[in-house]
Amino acid sequence: MLGSFDAVLLARIQFAFTVSFHFLFPAFTIGLASYLAVLNALWLKTRDHKYLDLFRYWVKIFALAFAMGVVSGIVMSYQFGTNWSVFSDKAGPVIGAPMAYEVLSAFFLEAGFLGIMLFGREKVGDALHMAACAAVALGTFFSAFWIISVNSWMHTPAGFEIDAATGQFLPTDFWQVIFNPSFPYRLAHTVTAAYLTTAFIVGGVAAFHLLRRRRRGEETSPATRTMFSMAMWMAAIFAPVQIGLGDAHGLNTLEYQPQKVMAMEGHYESHEGGAPLYLFGIPNDETQTLDYAFGIPKLSSLILKHDLNAPLAGLDTIPDEDQPPVAIVFWSFRIMVALGFAMLGIGLWSLWARWRGRLYDTPWLHRAALVMAPSGLIAVIAGWITTEVGRQPFTVYNMLRTVDSVAPLAAPAVGASLVAFIVIYFAVFGAGTFYILRLMSRPPVFDEPRLGDSAKGPIRTAGITPAPQEARRHPAAMKPGE
Amino acid sequence: MPLVDGFSFDLTVIWAFLIALAVLIYVVLDGFDLGLGILFAAERHRGDRDVMMNSVAPVWDGNETWLVLGGGGLFAAFPLAYSLILPALYAPIIAMLLALIFRGVAFEFRWRTDRWRWVWDIAFIGGSLVAAFSQGVALGGLLQGIEIDKAARIYSGGWWDWLTPFSVTVGVAVVVGYMLLGATWLVMKTSGPLQERMRARAWPLGVATIGFIGVVSLWTPFLQEGYYNRWFSDWRIVLAALVALAVLGIAAAMFRSLTVHRHEYRPFVLALALFVLCFGGLGMSMFPYIVPTEVTIWEAAAPRASQIFMLVGAAVLLPIILAYTAYAYWVFRGKVDADTGYH
Ligand code: HDD
Ligand code: HEM
Ligand code: HEM
Repeated sequence: MLGSFDAVLLARIQFAFTVSFHFLFPAFTIGLASYLAVLNALWLKTRDHKYLDLFRYWVKIFALAFAMGVVSGIVMSYQFGTNWSVFSDKAGPVIGAPMAYEVLSAFFLEAGFLGIMLFGREKVGDALHMAACAAVALGTFFSAFWIISVNSWMHTPAGFEIDAATGQFLPTDFWQVIFNPSFPYRLAHTVTAAYLTTAFIVGGVAAFHLLRRRRRGEETSPATRTMFSMAMWMAAIFAPVQIGLGDAHGLNTLEYQPQKVMAMEGHYESHEGGAPLYLFGIPNDETQTLDYAFGIPKLSSLILKHDLNAPLAGLDTIPDEDQPPVAIVFWSFRIMVALGFAMLGIGLWSLWARWRGRLYDTPWLHRAALVMAPSGLIAVIAGWITTEVGRQPFTVYNMLRTVDSVAPLAAPAVGASLVAFIVIYFAVFGAGTFYILRLMSRPPVFDEPRLGDSAKGPIRTAGITPAPQEARRHPAAMKPGE
Repeated sequence: MPLVDGFSFDLTVIWAFLIALAVLIYVVLDGFDLGLGILFAAERHRGDRDVMMNSVAPVWDGNETWLVLGGGGLFAAFPLAYSLILPALYAPIIAMLLALIFRGVAFEFRWRTDRWRWVWDIAFIGGSLVAAFSQGVALGGLLQGIEIDKAARIYSGGWWDWLTPFSVTVGVAVVVGYMLLGATWLVMKTSGPLQERMRARAWPLGVATIGFIGVVSLWTPFLQEGYYNRWFSDWRIVLAALVALAVLGIAAAMFRSLTVHRHEYRPFVLALALFVLCFGGLGMSMFPYIVPTEVTIWEAAAPRASQIFMLVGAAVLLPIILAYTAYAYWVFRGKVDADTGYH
């Protein structure tokens, strides 16, 4: 017999795989939806054509990413039941309601106005089209609000009691459920993460075209330069904000989930008089030591307690069966933080270049921005792995264990579906990523074709777009190349 | 176990009704999307395919959201039912989710490549077909009853319990019914030869749908004694006869509308009516069980505090959702065709 352990492990891998994939898309589209709304507003306000071109350029990419976000999200909403049915039964009375609110307030809003945002400009007029863009952006934010609330509740449960007969969590106060202790921090940190993710993708694409133009000795277009400038402003402003929010989030975690912070810091042992900040080490759960540790003395106490000599407890104070796996948490946390500081570096560099008036003529900055294009996506996944693995071995922190959450699963069934998910996700989302990259490899051009027009034929329908009747192109005004 | 009679009209009933409504809206809306996807297979001409896809492109995402509401609502309002049904129907549900991925991305990917367009066309057709079939199988699997351990509150059956001749029949029935919806939708949204072909297809699809409705309706009462009594004991047989007559009446009207009067909108509306009626019959068989015939809606219901909290949201937001969904359909109303889009 394949033991239930295998089924649990497979179910965990399956959940982690599908949710990580899912989150890659929202991390990009939450930011992009807002960016598009801003571009559209700027176009309406200034009537500067470059904003319309940028809108049309990014809306094609948005449509692809959004579709992938939707289909991977639908998988998630059913996985709670298929793989974590016991968890669903127990936690459903509490977290079901916020999730239902997510559907009602966010998903319908996004889906209802997406069609108008993508193809409706000519049909509904500028004002309503602008409203639709704003509605979609707002929808993505509501979505993040509710799902992060639910997820935070699993980390810092509040506002409930346990039903003695069924073992269910029963809500006593929905306000406390929704605004549970880690929620504000997690929401702010995650939404900011989404903005940074988008900023670095947009900046990377712009940098790519700046570099290519430069190599060919051509002049860059206003649209490309605007794109780069906007992205760099975002990086310069939000990277430091994000580091501050991360710090606050960490302090909150120290208060409510101390063993997660111990794992992030690699503190197997307690430190009486000031704990070091380990920069490197190989966590060894067997011996409960951090091998080859290299750290800065007392710095961890300074960061976490704002006092060089404050004592910090370590995992030696936590029973073995309640400890999270340290190595994953330790390293994923370091990846996220390193990327956060790298983002800050790019932001400062861009300010310096901007101040000297050389924002568009600093090839090394552009190269760095290009390399950093996927940094947001990587940081976001690293952050979630820190968060979720650090909560182990519980699904609802200190209340419900992961092994007690799983559905009555047969390992072969989960195994088979896991393989199917992996193969299909890589094939389908791989193709989607390829199409996105191909769109990105082309610079935004003057009078960018809209999502409906295809390359061939004057007024062909394409995409989900009904072809706009008056697809006036300005062939004469089109500059060669860009 | 006999089915319970009589009920008090309470929050649990309201929630059962709301979730049934979400599922019904999903079935009719995504039903024509999926049916259209299956009919894609028969239309080889590129331009016709473009038209077909464009006729649902701006609305499919909204249509599918009702599925999320159905699932999410079940989770929220009847967590026990959600956690019993989903593991029991593991394979068809996973198959449906994967199929919906192919179907959903095809809307976008298809326009991004010439060389590989055929791949995404197949993904669209296959995804629609498998999703429709899995939904039918899941429905059949639920209707025939699932095995549970009531004390432990978990599913206790095997991994293939859902697979029976009955569930497969329901699967095929749903495929055929969705194709009817898709064909009549296209009669409404297109013109010219494509419309004529759809008109011609709607006919046999309508006949097949009625046939399957008959088979499934006659089969269901024999699955469990409860269903039998529900429909055939004493005065109820009159009700059953009335429902059957109503189905036949609507069907006759639909055929006349299709072929004699050659209406454009009405066949679709009548096909929808057929679905609504069948859905009502289904509810009649199941109520008040949510996991037939083991768990009633009251046993599975979330606590009152959750029900009230959600009802406030639903009461405020559902009318708004219905309003802007209707608005989106209004914006994209009228005929589509390949070259000029919406008129
Ligand atoms: C662009 C993405 C990004 C960047 C640059 C950072 N983070 Fe982050 N971080 C996330 C994206 C993220 C996230 C994906 O949004 C997480 C996962 C879950 C969550 O609450 O936010 C997260 C979680 C997370 C946690 C775990 C909290 C918990 O679950 O208890 C901590 C302590 C930090 N972050 C701290 C930081 C610090 C100190 C950073 C800066 C140097 C930093 N993060 C940069
Ligand atoms: C979207 C970003 C998310 C990512 C990348 C993510 C990642 C992960 C990972 C890596 C695991 C496996 C942990 C382990 O097995 O050691 C996991 C488990 C889990 N997560 Fe998340 N998660 C995310 C969001 C969420 C949200 C929003 C929820 C709840 C609403 C959630 C609920 C769960 C549950 C129920 C499990 C399974 C039980 C467990 O293994 O802890 N996750 N997730
Ligand atoms: C396990 C947890 C999660 C579940 C069950 C889930 C569920 C879903 C579902 C069903 C959809 C499709 C909605 C539609 O039909 O339009 C979706 C899309 C979306 N989800 Fe998730 N989701 C999860 C995690 C997250 C997280 C952590 C975030 C954000 C912080 C998020 C943000 C979004 C957004 C913005 C969309 C819209 C599509 C897009 O932008 O790509 N989701 N999600």
